Amino acid sequence: MSRLVLINVRQALRGMKSNHITILFVSIFLHGCVTQIPYDYSALLASQPRSILVIPPRNNTVEVDAEYTFLSTISRPLAEKGYYVFPVSVVDFLFKENGLQTSEEMNSVPLDKLDQVLAPDAVLYITIDDWGQKYQLISSTSVVNARMKLVDVKTGDILWAAKAYAERSSGDGGGGLSGALAAAIVEQVLGSINDQTPELSRVANTRVINNANSGLLNGPYRPAD
Amino acid sequence: MGVVKGEYFKAYSMIIFVCVGMVGCVPQSSSLYYWGGYERLIYTMYKQPGSADAVTQIQVLTADIQRAAGTGKPVAPGVYAHLGMMYASQGDVDKAVNALNMEKQLYPESTVMIDGMIGRVKKRITGAANE
Repeated sequence: MSRLVLINVRQALRGMKSNHITILFVSIFLHGCVTQIPYDYSALLASQPRSILVIPPRNNTVEVDAEYTFLSTISRPLAEKGYYVFPVSVVDFLFKENGLQTSEEMNSVPLDKLDQVLAPDAVLYITIDDWGQKYQLISSTSVVNARMKLVDVKTGDILWAAKAYAERSSGDGGGGLSGALAAAIVEQVLGSINDQTPELSRVANTRVINNANSGLLNGPYRPAD
Repeated sequence: MGVVKGEYFKAYSMIIFVCVGMVGCVPQSSSLYYWGGYERLIYTMYKQPGSADAVTQIQVLTADIQRAAGTGKPVAPGVYAHLGMMYASQGDVDKAVNALNMEKQLYPESTVMIDGMIGRVKKRITGAANE
């Protein structure tokens, strides 16, 4: 795709040397599309996971709801990307049934044990670094910020890593977020003005997983684009 | 003058061409599954556990499963397993096992987890009944 565009730009340059404005215009358009540093998918391509086990997130913030709010917004984008996603609250329940009460403990279960009991192909570890509403002088901003790391259950190799981030300022009107997702937020805000983190978390996860340059590759249940 | 017009035409077709090409960059995909209230339920059961007891959760999930059939889309991964967990929490072994088996049938990736769950549900509940 990007190569094709480059060829056409070259042709355009040849054909329209005098029309610098057009070239500039085209270049501005292209900027958002062409990948500067291609993401290295070699480990993910070699592993070809079918299923993903999401471990309840480590929470580095004081917001106690962060962990489970995040957990309620991660299954859908992963599954819609084509992976089998282990049911997050069932998994949480199984951990607790086995005496692991905190996400910190759940995050320290060895991969071979997870493989033995649940047999996922890959495990998603999440660390929440920032969450919730920040009050400034005249406005407030809601933030969701989490690191995620997908690991091969057999080898421990990192298959994919990314940062899910979204924020929304009061009075922003959703302008900082793109298209249809912004509409979803507006809808949510009308419904519950208090807590924006569920929708922000959903937006952050959907965007990072579907990012055209560094998102997760399609899994087996999603036919190739 | 005609030459200039031609150049403008070329320029505009070029822009249109690039814009059409750009469409490929935006991730657009239709939904694979019917999701219903599953994720909302997960949120509620942790945030307001009182308003998501097992009976309520079973109602939401079974209604979603019926609605999914109407849309022609499969039930999302995890829905049947979650439903099975709720039936198990009520001590309803048959319904729990049925729901868990549905998850396995739809998504064979869940086999090891589901077999383990079914084993434990049967052992726990029938074991308790024999005491």
